[in-house]
Amino acid sequence: MSPEIRARQITHRMALLALLALLAAAAFLLLNARGSWDFLLPFRGRKLAALAVVAVAIALSTVVFQTVTQNRILTPAIMGFDALYVLIQTGLVFGLGAGRVSALDARLVFGLELGAMVVFALLLFRWMFGPAARNLHLLMLVGIVLGTLFRSIAGFLQRIIDPDSFTVLQDRLFASFNAVDPGLLTLSALIVAGLALILWRLVPELDVLALGREAAVGLGVPQERLVLGLLVIVTLLVALSTALVGPVTFLGLLVANLAYLLLPTGRHAVLLPAAALIALITLIGGQALLERVLHYDTALAVVVEFAGGLVFILLVIRGVAR
Amino acid sequence: MIEVEGVERRYDGVAVLSEVTLSLPKGGLTAIIGPNGAGKSTLLSVMGRLQKPDAGRVTLEGMHLAQAPGRAVAKKLAMLRQDNHTAARLTVRDLVAFGRYPHCRGNPGPEDQAQIDRALAILGLEPLADRFLDQLSGGQRQRAHIAMVLAQDTGCILLDEPLNNLDISHAVRIITLVREAAQALGKTVVVVLHDINMAAAHCDRIVVMKGGRILRHGTPAELMQADFLSAVYETPISVHELAGRLVAVY
Ligand SMILES: Nc1ncnc2c1ncn2[C@@H]1O[C@H](COP(=O)(O)OP(=O)(O)OP(=O)(O)O)[C@@H](O)[C@H]1O
Ligand SMILES: [Mg+2]
Repeated sequence: MSPEIRARQITHRMALLALLALLAAAAFLLLNARGSWDFLLPFRGRKLAALAVVAVAIALSTVVFQTVTQNRILTPAIMGFDALYVLIQTGLVFGLGAGRVSALDARLVFGLELGAMVVFALLLFRWMFGPAARNLHLLMLVGIVLGTLFRSIAGFLQRIIDPDSFTVLQDRLFASFNAVDPGLLTLSALIVAGLALILWRLVPELDVLALGREAAVGLGVPQERLVLGLLVIVTLLVALSTALVGPVTFLGLLVANLAYLLLPTGRHAVLLPAAALIALITLIGGQALLERVLHYDTALAVVVEFAGGLVFILLVIRGVAR
Repeated sequence: MIEVEGVERRYDGVAVLSEVTLSLPKGGLTAIIGPNGAGKSTLLSVMGRLQKPDAGRVTLEGMHLAQAPGRAVAKKLAMLRQDNHTAARLTVRDLVAFGRYPHCRGNPGPEDQAQIDRALAILGLEPLADRFLDQLSGGQRQRAHIAMVLAQDTGCILLDEPLNNLDISHAVRIITLVREAAQALGKTVVVVLHDINMAAAHCDRIVVMKGGRILRHGTPAELMQADFLSAVYETPISVHELAGRLVAVY
Protein backbone atom coordinates (compact mmCIF):
# COMPACT_ATOMS: atom_id res chain seq x y z
CA MET A 1 0.00 0.00 0.00
CA SER A 2 1.45 3.35 -0.93
CA PRO A 3 2.07 5.90 1.82
CA GLU A 4 -0.44 8.30 0.25
CA ILE A 5 -3.24 5.75 0.38
CA ARG A 6 -2.27 4.82 3.92
CA ALA A 7 -2.20 8.46 4.99
CA ARG A 8 -5.61 9.03 3.45
CA GLN A 9 -6.97 5.95 5.16
CA ILE A 10 -5.72 7.25 8.50
CA THR A 11 -7.26 10.69 7.91
CA HIS A 12 -10.59 9.08 6.99
CA ARG A 13 -10.65 6.89 10.03
CA MET A 14 -9.73 9.74 12.35
CA ALA A 15 -12.51 11.86 10.87
CA LEU A 16 -14.94 9.00 11.32
CA LEU A 17 -13.92 8.55 14.94
CA ALA A 18 -14.31 12.27 15.61
CA LEU A 19 -17.76 12.20 14.02
CA LEU A 20 -18.83 9.20 16.06
CA ALA A 21 -17.60 10.87 19.25
CA LEU A 22 -19.65 13.97 18.43
CA LEU A 23 -22.70 11.85 17.66
CA ALA A 24 -22.30 10.00 20.93
CA ALA A 25 -22.10 13.27 22.84
CA ALA A 26 -25.15 14.64 21.04
CA ALA A 27 -27.11 11.46 21.70
CA PHE A 28 -26.13 11.56 25.34
CA LEU A 29 -27.22 15.18 25.74
CA LEU A 30 -30.37 15.25 23.63
CA LEU A 31 -31.97 11.84 23.39
CA ASN A 32 -35.04 11.01 25.36
CA ALA A 33 -35.31 14.31 27.16
CA ARG A 34 -38.20 14.43 29.55
CA GLY A 35 -38.63 17.47 31.74
CA SER A 36 -37.22 20.94 31.45
CA TRP A 37 -34.07 21.61 29.43
CA ASP A 38 -32.91 24.14 32.00
CA PHE A 39 -32.49 21.35 34.43
CA LEU A 40 -31.56 18.57 32.06
CA LEU A 41 -28.77 20.17 30.04
CA PRO A 42 -26.54 21.29 32.92
CA PHE A 43 -27.11 17.97 34.66
CA ARG A 44 -26.30 15.89 31.61
CA GLY A 45 -23.55 18.30 30.62
CA ARG A 46 -21.76 17.76 33.89
CA LYS A 47 -21.99 14.02 33.56
CA LEU A 48 -20.78 14.24 29.97
CA ALA A 49 -17.80 16.26 31.12
CA ALA A 50 -16.95 13.68 33.77
CA LEU A 51 -17.14 10.89 31.18
CA ALA A 52 -14.96 12.88 28.79
CA VAL A 53 -12.29 13.68 31.37
CA VAL A 54 -12.06 10.04 32.42
CA ALA A 55 -12.06 8.79 28.82
CA VAL A 56 -9.21 11.07 27.78
CA ALA A 57 -7.17 10.46 30.94
CA ILE A 58 -7.43 6.70 30.63
CA ALA A 59 -6.79 6.54 26.90
CA LEU A 60 -3.70 8.77 27.00
CA SER A 61 -2.24 7.13 30.08
CA THR A 62 -2.62 3.64 28.65
CA VAL A 63 -1.04 4.40 25.27
CA VAL A 64 1.88 6.22 26.89
CA PHE A 65 2.36 3.48 29.49
CA GLN A 66 2.35 0.79 26.81
CA THR A 67 4.87 2.71 24.73
CA VAL A 68 7.16 3.25 27.68
CA THR A 69 6.97 -0.36 28.85
CA GLN A 70 7.01 -1.77 25.30
CA ASN A 71 4.01 -3.99 25.82
CA ARG A 72 0.40 -4.08 24.80
CA ILE A 73 -1.11 -6.10 27.61
CA LEU A 74 -0.30 -4.22 30.77
CA THR A 75 -2.10 -1.04 31.66
CA PRO A 76 -1.38 1.18 34.62
CA ALA A 77 -4.78 0.26 36.02
CA ILE A 78 -4.05 -3.46 36.02
CA MET A 79 -1.09 -2.72 38.29
CA GLY A 80 -3.19 -2.66 41.44
CA PHE A 81 -4.62 0.84 41.27
CA ASP A 82 -8.20 -0.29 41.69
CA ALA A 83 -7.32 -2.33 44.75
CA LEU A 84 -5.49 0.59 46.31
CA TYR A 85 -8.53 2.77 45.72
CA VAL A 86 -10.73 0.20 47.46
CA LEU A 87 -8.27 0.03 50.35
CA ILE A 88 -8.14 3.79 50.79
CA GLN A 89 -11.92 4.08 50.78
CA THR A 90 -12.30 1.19 53.19
CA GLY A 91 -9.58 2.54 55.43
CA LEU A 92 -11.29 5.91 55.54
CA VAL A 93 -14.70 4.50 56.43
CA PHE A 94 -13.14 2.13 58.94
CA GLY A 95 -10.95 4.72 60.57
CA LEU A 96 -13.34 7.64 60.70
CA GLY A 97 -16.77 6.01 60.51
CA ALA A 98 -19.28 6.36 57.71
CA GLY A 99 -20.87 9.52 59.07
CA ARG A 100 -17.69 11.48 59.28
CA VAL A 101 -16.39 10.27 55.90
CA SER A 102 -19.57 11.42 54.19
CA ALA A 103 -19.18 14.77 55.89
CA LEU A 104 -15.54 15.11 54.82
CA ASP A 105 -14.69 17.69 52.24
CA ALA A 106 -14.74 15.88 48.88
CA ARG A 107 -11.67 17.85 47.90
CA LEU A 108 -9.74 16.53 50.88
CA VAL A 109 -10.60 12.92 50.10
CA PHE A 110 -9.75 13.51 46.45
CA GLY A 111 -6.38 14.97 47.32
CA LEU A 112 -5.65 12.13 49.71
CA GLU A 113 -6.51 9.45 47.16
CA LEU A 114 -4.52 11.20 44.48
CA GLY A 115 -1.49 11.50 46.73
CA ALA A 116 -1.55 7.89 47.90
CA MET A 117 -1.93 6.52 44.41
CA VAL A 118 0.85 8.68 42.98
CA VAL A 119 3.25 7.64 45.74
CA PHE A 120 2.35 3.97 45.32
CA ALA A 121 2.75 4.02 41.56
CA LEU A 122 6.01 5.90 41.60
CA LEU A 123 7.49 3.45 44.09
CA LEU A 124 6.39 0.55 41.94
CA PHE A 125 7.63 2.10 38.69
CA ARG A 126 10.91 3.18 40.21
CA TRP A 127 11.50 -0.33 41.29
CA MET A 128 10.53 -1.66 37.91
CA PHE A 129 12.86 0.68 36.06
CA GLY A 130 15.58 0.23 38.63
CA PRO A 131 18.70 -1.64 37.60
CA ALA A 132 17.62 -5.00 38.98
CA ALA A 133 14.20 -5.73 37.63
CA ARG A 134 13.12 -5.17 34.05
CA ASN A 135 11.03 -8.25 33.68
CA LEU A 136 7.52 -7.44 32.66
CA HIS A 137 6.03 -10.69 33.86
CA LEU A 138 7.61 -10.17 37.25
CA LEU A 139 6.15 -6.69 37.39
CA MET A 140 2.72 -7.96 36.41
CA LEU A 141 2.96 -10.56 39.13
CA VAL A 142 4.01 -7.97 41.69
CA GLY A 143 1.10 -5.76 40.68
CA ILE A 144 -1.33 -8.62 41.03
CA VAL A 145 0.12 -9.74 44.35
CA LEU A 146 0.01 -6.21 45.75
CA GLY A 147 -3.52 -5.85 44.42
CA THR A 148 -4.54 -9.05 46.19
CA LEU A 149 -2.87 -7.86 49.38
CA PHE A 150 -4.69 -4.53 49.27
CA ARG A 151 -7.98 -6.26 48.53
CA SER A 152 -7.49 -8.76 51.37
CA ILE A 153 -6.77 -6.02 53.88
CA ALA A 154 -9.79 -4.10 52.60
CA GLY A 155 -11.90 -7.27 52.76
CA PHE A 156 -10.83 -7.89 56.33
CA LEU A 157 -11.67 -4.32 57.35
CA GLN A 158 -15.02 -4.53 55.56
CA ARG A 159 -15.91 -7.61 57.56
CA ILE A 160 -15.39 -5.89 60.87
CA ILE A 161 -17.05 -2.54 60.23
CA ASP A 162 -20.68 -2.08 61.16
CA PRO A 163 -23.33 -2.85 58.50
CA ASP A 164 -24.43 0.78 58.09
CA SER A 165 -20.94 1.92 57.30
CA PHE A 166 -20.59 -1.00 54.94
CA THR A 167 -23.58 0.16 52.90
CA VAL A 168 -22.10 3.64 52.63
CA LEU A 169 -18.78 2.14 51.63
CA GLN A 170 -20.27 -0.07 48.94
CA ASP A 171 -21.83 2.95 47.34
CA ARG A 172 -18.50 4.67 47.17
CA LEU A 173 -16.70 1.71 45.64
CA PHE A 174 -18.51 1.49 42.31
CA ALA A 175 -17.25 3.66 39.49
CA SER A 176 -19.92 6.29 39.28
CA PHE A 177 -20.23 9.22 36.94
CA ASN A 178 -23.28 10.66 38.68
CA ALA A 179 -21.91 11.95 41.91
CA VAL A 180 -18.94 13.95 40.72
CA ASP A 181 -18.23 17.16 42.57
CA PRO A 182 -18.36 20.07 40.05
CA GLY A 183 -15.35 21.85 41.54
CA LEU A 184 -13.25 18.70 41.37
CA LEU A 185 -14.44 18.08 37.85
CA THR A 186 -13.22 21.48 36.68
CA LEU A 187 -9.91 21.00 38.43
CA SER A 188 -9.47 17.53 36.94
CA ALA A 189 -10.40 18.73 33.48
CA LEU A 190 -7.78 21.47 33.71
CA ILE A 191 -5.09 19.08 34.91
CA VAL A 192 -5.91 16.50 32.23
CA ALA A 193 -5.86 19.20 29.56
CA GLY A 194 -2.48 20.43 30.79
CA LEU A 195 -1.01 16.94 30.84
CA ALA A 196 -2.44 16.21 27.38
CA LEU A 197 -0.73 19.33 26.10
CA ILE A 198 2.61 18.23 27.55
CA LEU A 199 2.18 14.79 25.95
CA TRP A 200 1.36 16.42 22.64
CA ARG A 201 4.64 18.30 22.72
CA LEU A 202 6.47 15.05 23.51
CA VAL A 203 5.01 13.16 20.54
CA PRO A 204 8.34 12.90 18.63
CA GLU A 205 10.03 11.52 21.74
CA LEU A 206 7.23 9.01 22.29
CA ASP A 207 7.66 7.81 18.71
CA VAL A 208 11.36 7.26 19.35
CA LEU A 209 10.77 5.54 22.71
CA ALA A 210 8.58 2.99 20.94
CA LEU A 211 11.74 1.76 19.20
CA GLY A 212 13.09 0.52 22.52
CA ARG A 213 15.40 1.81 25.19
CA GLU A 214 18.67 1.39 23.34
CA ALA A 215 17.52 2.78 20.04
CA ALA A 216 16.12 5.78 21.90
CA VAL A 217 19.40 6.44 23.70
CA GLY A 218 21.22 6.04 20.40
CA LEU A 219 19.05 8.70 18.82
CA GLY A 220 19.78 11.07 21.67
CA VAL A 221 16.53 10.99 23.64
CA PRO A 222 17.24 11.61 27.35
CA GLN A 223 15.70 8.22 27.97
CA GLU A 224 15.84 7.85 31.77
CA ARG A 225 14.62 11.33 32.57
CA LEU A 226 11.94 11.15 29.91
CA VAL A 227 10.60 7.77 31.04
CA LEU A 228 10.38 8.93 34.63
CA GLY A 229 8.59 12.10 33.57
CA LEU A 230 6.16 10.16 31.41
CA LEU A 231 5.42 7.73 34.23
CA VAL A 232 4.65 10.65 36.52
CA ILE A 233 2.18 11.94 33.92
CA VAL A 234 0.65 8.48 33.50
CA THR A 235 0.29 8.11 37.25
CA LEU A 236 -1.36 11.49 37.61
CA LEU A 237 -3.82 10.70 34.83
CA VAL A 238 -4.82 7.31 36.22
CA ALA A 239 -4.97 8.51 39.81
CA LEU A 240 -7.06 11.47 38.73
CA SER A 241 -9.61 9.41 36.90
CA THR A 242 -9.77 6.83 39.68
CA ALA A 243 -10.18 9.48 42.36
CA LEU A 244 -12.85 11.15 40.27
CA VAL A 245 -15.14 8.23 39.45
CA GLY A 246 -13.59 5.10 40.89
CA PRO A 247 -11.62 2.30 39.26
CA VAL A 248 -12.08 1.54 35.56
CA THR A 249 -9.59 -1.25 35.05
CA PHE A 250 -9.92 -2.53 31.51
CA LEU A 251 -11.17 0.47 29.55
CA GLY A 252 -7.63 1.60 28.71
CA LEU A 253 -6.65 -1.80 27.44
CA LEU A 254 -9.72 -1.93 25.23
CA VAL A 255 -9.32 1.48 23.63
CA ALA A 256 -5.55 1.36 23.19
CA ASN A 257 -5.70 -1.97 21.40
CA LEU A 258 -8.61 -0.83 19.25
CA ALA A 259 -6.54 2.19 18.28
CA TYR A 260 -3.54 0.03 17.28
CA LEU A 261 -5.89 -2.19 15.30
CA LEU A 262 -7.75 0.57 13.45
CA LEU A 263 -4.72 2.74 12.74
CA PRO A 264 -1.74 0.79 11.50
CA THR A 265 0.92 3.32 12.40
CA GLY A 266 3.47 3.84 15.13
CA ARG A 267 2.96 7.60 15.17
CA HIS A 268 1.71 8.93 18.47
CA ALA A 269 0.38 12.01 16.77
CA VAL A 270 -2.27 9.60 15.46
CA LEU A 271 -2.43 6.96 18.20
CA LEU A 272 -2.97 9.32 21.13
CA PRO A 273 -5.96 11.22 19.70
CA ALA A 274 -7.35 8.01 18.19
CA ALA A 275 -7.34 6.20 21.53
CA ALA A 276 -8.90 9.24 23.20
CA LEU A 277 -11.67 9.38 20.60
CA ILE A 278 -12.35 5.66 20.90
CA ALA A 279 -12.55 6.02 24.66
CA LEU A 280 -14.99 8.92 24.28
CA ILE A 281 -17.14 6.89 21.90
CA THR A 282 -17.09 3.86 24.17
CA LEU A 283 -17.86 5.67 27.39
CA ILE A 284 -20.27 8.34 26.18
CA GLY A 285 -21.89 6.24 23.47
CA GLY A 286 -22.16 3.30 25.84
CA GLN A 287 -23.70 5.41 28.53
CA ALA A 288 -26.16 6.98 26.06
CA LEU A 289 -27.17 3.55 24.84
CA LEU A 290 -27.59 2.12 28.31
CA GLU A 291 -29.38 5.05 29.87
CA ARG A 292 -31.38 6.55 27.03
CA VAL A 293 -32.21 3.60 24.82
CA LEU A 294 -32.15 0.51 26.98
CA HIS A 295 -33.16 2.35 30.15
CA TYR A 296 -30.70 0.42 32.20
CA ASP A 297 -29.36 2.29 35.11
CA THR A 298 -26.65 -0.21 35.80
CA ALA A 299 -23.26 1.36 35.83
CA LEU A 300 -21.73 1.42 32.37
CA ALA A 301 -18.48 0.49 34.06
CA VAL A 302 -19.73 -3.08 34.41
CA VAL A 303 -20.29 -3.45 30.67
CA VAL A 304 -17.02 -1.76 29.68
CA GLU A 305 -15.10 -3.83 32.17
CA PHE A 306 -16.66 -6.99 30.79
CA ALA A 307 -15.65 -6.14 27.21
CA GLY A 308 -12.21 -4.96 28.29
CA GLY A 309 -11.69 -8.07 30.37
CA LEU A 310 -12.48 -10.24 27.36
CA VAL A 311 -9.91 -8.32 25.30
CA PHE A 312 -7.36 -8.81 28.05
CA ILE A 313 -7.90 -12.56 28.11
CA LEU A 314 -7.70 -12.67 24.31
CA LEU A 315 -4.42 -10.77 24.32
CA VAL A 316 -2.95 -13.01 26.98
CA ILE A 317 -4.00 -16.15 25.13
CA ARG A 318 -2.61 -14.81 21.86
CA GLY A 319 0.61 -13.81 23.63
CA VAL A 320 0.94 -17.31 25.04
CA ALA A 321 0.21 -18.91 21.68
CA ARG A 322 2.92 -16.89 19.99
CA MET B 1 38.60 10.98 16.92
CA ILE B 2 37.23 8.61 19.55
CA GLU B 3 39.10 7.69 22.70
CA VAL B 4 38.38 4.92 25.14
CA GLU B 5 40.29 5.27 28.39
CA GLY B 6 40.55 2.50 30.96
CA VAL B 7 37.01 1.26 30.44
CA GLU B 8 35.70 -1.50 32.67
CA ARG B 9 32.31 -3.17 32.53
CA ARG B 10 31.08 -5.83 34.93
CA TYR B 11 27.96 -7.98 35.01
CA ASP B 12 27.19 -9.27 38.49
CA GLY B 13 30.80 -8.75 39.50
CA VAL B 14 32.20 -10.59 36.48
CA ALA B 15 34.34 -8.32 34.32
CA VAL B 16 33.43 -8.47 30.62
CA LEU B 17 35.62 -5.49 29.77
CA SER B 18 38.76 -4.81 31.72
CA GLU B 19 41.22 -1.99 31.24
CA VAL B 20 40.19 -1.31 27.67
CA THR B 21 42.05 1.62 26.20
CA LEU B 22 41.78 2.46 22.55
CA SER B 23 42.38 5.57 20.51
CA LEU B 24 41.00 5.79 16.99
CA PRO B 25 42.02 8.75 14.82
CA LYS B 26 39.48 10.65 12.78
CA GLY B 27 38.75 8.94 9.49
CA GLY B 28 39.43 5.32 8.67
CA LEU B 29 37.77 1.96 8.98
CA THR B 30 38.52 -0.15 12.05
CA ALA B 31 37.40 -3.74 12.50
CA ILE B 32 36.94 -5.37 15.87
CA ILE B 33 37.30 -9.14 15.73
CA GLY B 34 37.41 -11.87 18.35
CA PRO B 35 35.60 -15.00 19.49
CA ASN B 36 32.03 -15.07 20.82
CA GLY B 37 31.77 -13.47 24.22
CA ALA B 38 35.01 -11.52 23.80
CA GLY B 39 33.26 -8.28 24.74
CA LYS B 40 33.05 -6.74 21.26
CA SER B 41 29.40 -5.77 21.50
CA THR B 42 29.85 -4.54 25.04
CA LEU B 43 32.74 -2.32 24.00
CA LEU B 44 30.76 -0.96 21.07
CA SER B 45 27.73 -0.26 23.30
CA VAL B 46 29.94 1.62 25.74
CA MET B 47 31.49 3.58 22.88
CA GLY B 48 27.99 4.34 21.62
CA ARG B 49 26.96 5.32 25.19
CA LEU B 50 24.18 2.70 25.21
CA GLN B 51 25.82 1.28 28.32
CA LYS B 52 27.60 3.14 31.04
CA PRO B 53 31.06 1.85 31.88
CA ASP B 54 31.72 0.94 35.52
CA ALA B 55 35.05 2.73 35.25
CA GLY B 56 36.89 4.76 32.66
CA ARG B 57 35.43 7.02 30.02
CA VAL B 58 34.85 7.54 26.34
CA THR B 59 35.40 10.84 24.59
CA LEU B 60 34.40 11.82 21.08
CA GLU B 61 36.32 14.79 19.71
CA GLY B 62 37.04 15.81 23.27
CA MET B 63 33.36 15.54 24.25
CA HIS B 64 32.81 13.34 27.31
CA LEU B 65 30.07 10.99 26.11
CA ALA B 66 28.48 10.23 29.45
CA GLN B 67 28.00 13.93 30.20
CA ALA B 68 27.24 15.46 26.81
CA PRO B 69 23.60 16.14 25.91
CA GLY B 70 22.04 13.21 24.04
CA ARG B 71 20.93 14.96 20.87
CA ALA B 72 24.32 16.67 20.43
CA VAL B 73 26.05 13.28 20.62
CA ALA B 74 23.48 11.70 18.29
CA LYS B 75 24.38 14.24 15.60
CA LYS B 76 27.98 13.02 15.70
CA LEU B 77 27.72 9.33 16.48
CA ALA B 78 25.39 6.62 15.20
CA MET B 79 25.31 3.00 16.17
CA LEU B 80 23.88 -0.22 14.78
CA ARG B 81 23.24 -2.85 17.44
CA GLN B 82 23.74 -6.57 17.00
CA ASP B 83 20.08 -7.33 17.76
CA ASN B 84 17.46 -5.07 16.35
CA HIS B 85 13.86 -5.82 16.99
CA THR B 86 11.19 -3.21 17.20
CA ALA B 87 7.77 -3.80 18.65
CA ALA B 88 6.25 -0.78 16.94
CA ARG B 89 4.56 -1.29 13.59
CA LEU B 90 6.76 0.66 11.22
CA THR B 91 7.46 0.78 7.52
CA VAL B 92 11.03 0.76 6.26
CA ARG B 93 10.74 4.45 5.41
CA ASP B 94 9.42 5.25 8.92
CA LEU B 95 12.36 3.43 10.46
CA VAL B 96 14.94 5.16 8.28
CA ALA B 97 13.28 8.51 9.01
CA PHE B 98 14.04 7.98 12.71
CA GLY B 99 17.69 8.42 11.81
CA ARG B 100 16.86 12.09 11.25
CA TYR B 101 15.35 12.55 14.71
CA PRO B 102 18.51 14.10 16.23
CA HIS B 103 18.51 16.69 13.45
CA CYS B 104 14.83 17.48 13.01
CA ARG B 105 12.99 16.14 16.09
CA GLY B 106 10.30 14.35 14.10
CA ASN B 107 9.70 17.23 11.74
CA PRO B 108 11.66 16.35 8.58
CA GLY B 109 12.47 19.14 6.15
CA PRO B 110 13.65 18.79 2.55
CA GLU B 111 17.25 18.15 3.62
CA ASP B 112 16.09 15.36 5.92
CA GLN B 113 13.92 13.86 3.17
CA ALA B 114 16.91 13.90 0.84
CA GLN B 115 19.03 12.05 3.42
CA ILE B 116 16.29 9.47 3.94
CA ASP B 117 15.92 8.87 0.20
CA ARG B 118 19.68 8.66 -0.20
CA ALA B 119 20.00 6.06 2.56
CA LEU B 120 17.15 4.01 1.09
CA ALA B 121 18.77 4.14 -2.34
CA ILE B 122 22.23 3.18 -1.10
CA LEU B 123 20.90 0.03 0.52
CA GLY B 124 18.68 -0.84 -2.42
CA LEU B 125 15.57 -0.51 -0.28
CA GLU B 126 13.47 1.65 -2.62
CA PRO B 127 11.19 -1.20 -3.72
CA LEU B 128 10.64 -2.14 -0.06
CA ALA B 129 10.33 1.36 1.38
CA ASP B 130 6.62 1.10 2.15
CA ARG B 131 6.63 -2.44 3.50
CA PHE B 132 6.22 -3.01 7.21
CA LEU B 133 9.32 -4.29 8.97
CA ASP B 134 7.63 -7.55 9.93
CA GLN B 135 7.04 -8.24 6.24
CA LEU B 136 10.77 -8.35 5.44
CA SER B 137 13.38 -11.08 5.37
CA GLY B 138 16.15 -11.03 7.97
CA GLY B 139 18.71 -9.56 5.60
CA GLN B 140 16.29 -6.94 4.31
CA ARG B 141 15.51 -5.89 7.88
CA GLN B 142 19.23 -5.66 8.62
CA ARG B 143 19.64 -3.38 5.60
CA ALA B 144 16.78 -1.18 6.82
CA HIS B 145 18.53 -0.73 10.16
CA ILE B 146 21.81 0.10 8.44
CA ALA B 147 19.96 2.66 6.32
CA MET B 148 18.64 4.28 9.49
CA VAL B 149 22.19 4.60 10.82
CA LEU B 150 23.38 6.12 7.54
CA ALA B 151 20.46 8.57 7.49
CA GLN B 152 21.70 9.86 10.82
CA ASP B 153 24.64 11.23 8.79
CA THR B 154 27.21 11.30 11.57
CA GLY B 155 30.98 11.65 11.54
CA CYS B 156 31.39 8.54 13.64
CA ILE B 157 29.59 5.28 12.87
CA LEU B 158 29.65 2.11 14.99
CA LEU B 159 28.31 -1.05 13.39
CA ASP B 160 27.92 -4.28 15.36
CA GLU B 161 28.05 -7.17 12.90
CA PRO B 162 26.48 -5.20 10.05
CA LEU B 163 26.98 -8.08 7.63
CA ASN B 164 24.79 -10.47 9.64
CA ASN B 165 22.24 -12.20 7.45
CA LEU B 166 23.46 -10.46 4.30
CA ASP B 167 24.18 -12.21 1.02
CA ILE B 168 27.64 -11.84 -0.53
CA SER B 169 26.58 -9.06 -2.86
CA HIS B 170 25.08 -6.90 -0.12
CA ALA B 171 27.90 -7.67 2.29
CA VAL B 172 30.50 -6.50 -0.22
CA ARG B 173 28.42 -3.45 -1.12
CA ILE B 174 28.09 -2.38 2.49
CA ILE B 175 31.69 -2.92 3.47
CA THR B 176 32.80 -1.04 0.34
CA LEU B 177 30.35 1.70 1.16
CA VAL B 178 31.63 2.24 4.69
CA ARG B 179 35.18 2.04 3.45
CA GLU B 180 34.49 4.81 0.96
CA ALA B 181 32.74 6.85 3.63
CA ALA B 182 35.83 6.49 5.79
CA GLN B 183 38.26 7.37 3.02
CA ALA B 184 36.44 9.99 0.99
CA LEU B 185 34.31 11.67 3.65
CA GLY B 186 36.71 11.26 6.55
CA LYS B 187 34.22 9.36 8.70
CA THR B 188 35.40 7.30 11.62
CA VAL B 189 33.85 3.87 11.19
CA VAL B 190 34.13 0.92 13.56
CA VAL B 191 32.71 -2.45 12.54
CA VAL B 192 32.51 -5.68 14.47
CA LEU B 193 33.12 -8.53 12.04
CA HIS B 194 33.38 -12.29 12.29
CA ASP B 195 34.80 -12.71 8.81
CA ILE B 196 38.55 -12.17 9.30
CA ASN B 197 39.17 -12.06 5.57
CA MET B 198 36.61 -9.33 5.11
CA ALA B 199 38.33 -7.36 7.86
CA ALA B 200 41.78 -7.91 6.40
CA ALA B 201 40.73 -6.97 2.87
CA HIS B 202 38.83 -3.79 3.65
CA CYS B 203 39.82 -2.28 6.98
CA ASP B 204 42.64 0.10 7.83
CA ARG B 205 43.06 -1.26 11.33
CA ILE B 206 42.05 -4.38 13.19
CA VAL B 207 41.46 -4.64 16.93
CA VAL B 208 41.56 -8.16 18.29
CA MET B 209 39.64 -8.83 21.50
CA LYS B 210 39.38 -11.81 23.76
CA GLY B 211 38.20 -12.30 27.33
CA GLY B 212 37.24 -8.65 27.74
CA ARG B 213 40.65 -7.31 26.76
CA ILE B 214 42.24 -5.94 23.65
CA LEU B 215 44.92 -8.44 22.68
CA ARG B 216 46.42 -6.53 19.78
CA HIS B 217 45.70 -3.55 17.60
CA GLY B 218 47.36 -3.03 14.22
CA THR B 219 47.18 -3.16 10.45
CA PRO B 220 45.84 -6.27 8.71
CA ALA B 221 49.37 -7.17 7.58
CA GLU B 222 50.58 -7.08 11.20
CA LEU B 223 47.79 -9.21 12.55
CA MET B 224 47.17 -11.76 9.83
CA GLN B 225 49.57 -14.30 11.37
CA ALA B 226 48.69 -17.94 11.49
CA ASP B 227 49.86 -18.74 15.02
CA PHE B 228 48.38 -15.58 16.55
CA LEU B 229 44.95 -16.16 14.94
CA SER B 230 45.05 -19.86 15.80
CA ALA B 231 45.68 -18.98 19.43
CA VAL B 232 42.91 -16.34 19.51
CA TYR B 233 40.27 -18.63 18.07
CA GLU B 234 41.71 -21.84 19.55
CA THR B 235 41.37 -23.36 16.09
CA PRO B 236 44.05 -24.19 13.52
CA ILE B 237 44.20 -21.29 11.07
CA SER B 238 46.71 -20.82 8.26
CA VAL B 239 47.35 -17.61 6.36
CA HIS B 240 48.11 -17.53 2.63
CA GLU B 241 48.64 -14.88 0.05
CA LEU B 242 46.05 -15.08 -2.67
CA ALA B 243 45.38 -12.56 -5.43
CA GLY B 244 47.50 -10.02 -3.57
CA ARG B 245 45.58 -10.45 -0.32
CA LEU B 246 46.27 -12.18 2.96
CA VAL B 247 43.64 -14.88 3.35
CA ALA B 248 43.02 -16.97 6.43
CA VAL B 249 42.00 -20.55 5.83
CA TYR B 250 40.27 -22.56 8.54
N1 LIG C 1 23.20 -8.65 30.19
C1 LIG C 1 24.23 -9.44 30.47
N2 LIG C 1 24.31 -10.04 31.69
C2 LIG C 1 25.36 -10.84 31.98
N3 LIG C 1 26.36 -11.09 31.15
C3 LIG C 1 26.34 -10.53 29.93
C4 LIG C 1 25.28 -9.68 29.52
N4 LIG C 1 25.53 -9.25 28.27
C5 LIG C 1 26.68 -9.82 27.91
N5 LIG C 1 27.18 -10.59 28.89
C6 LIG C 1 28.43 -11.34 28.85
O1 LIG C 1 29.46 -10.46 28.51
C7 LIG C 1 30.41 -11.11 27.67
C8 LIG C 1 30.67 -10.25 26.46
O2 LIG C 1 29.49 -10.16 25.69
P1 LIG C 1 29.46 -9.44 24.28
O3 LIG C 1 28.06 -9.42 23.81
O4 LIG C 1 30.18 -8.15 24.39
O5 LIG C 1 30.30 -10.44 23.38
P2 LIG C 1 30.65 -10.35 21.85
O6 LIG C 1 32.13 -10.27 21.73
O7 LIG C 1 29.88 -9.31 21.18
O8 LIG C 1 30.18 -11.78 21.35
P3 LIG C 1 29.46 -12.21 19.98
O9 LIG C 1 30.52 -12.47 18.99
O10 LIG C 1 28.80 -13.52 20.36
O11 LIG C 1 28.50 -11.18 19.59
C9 LIG C 1 29.84 -12.47 27.36
O12 LIG C 1 30.53 -13.41 28.12
C10 LIG C 1 28.40 -12.39 27.77
O13 LIG C 1 27.99 -13.63 28.28
MG1 LIG D 1 28.37 -9.26 19.83
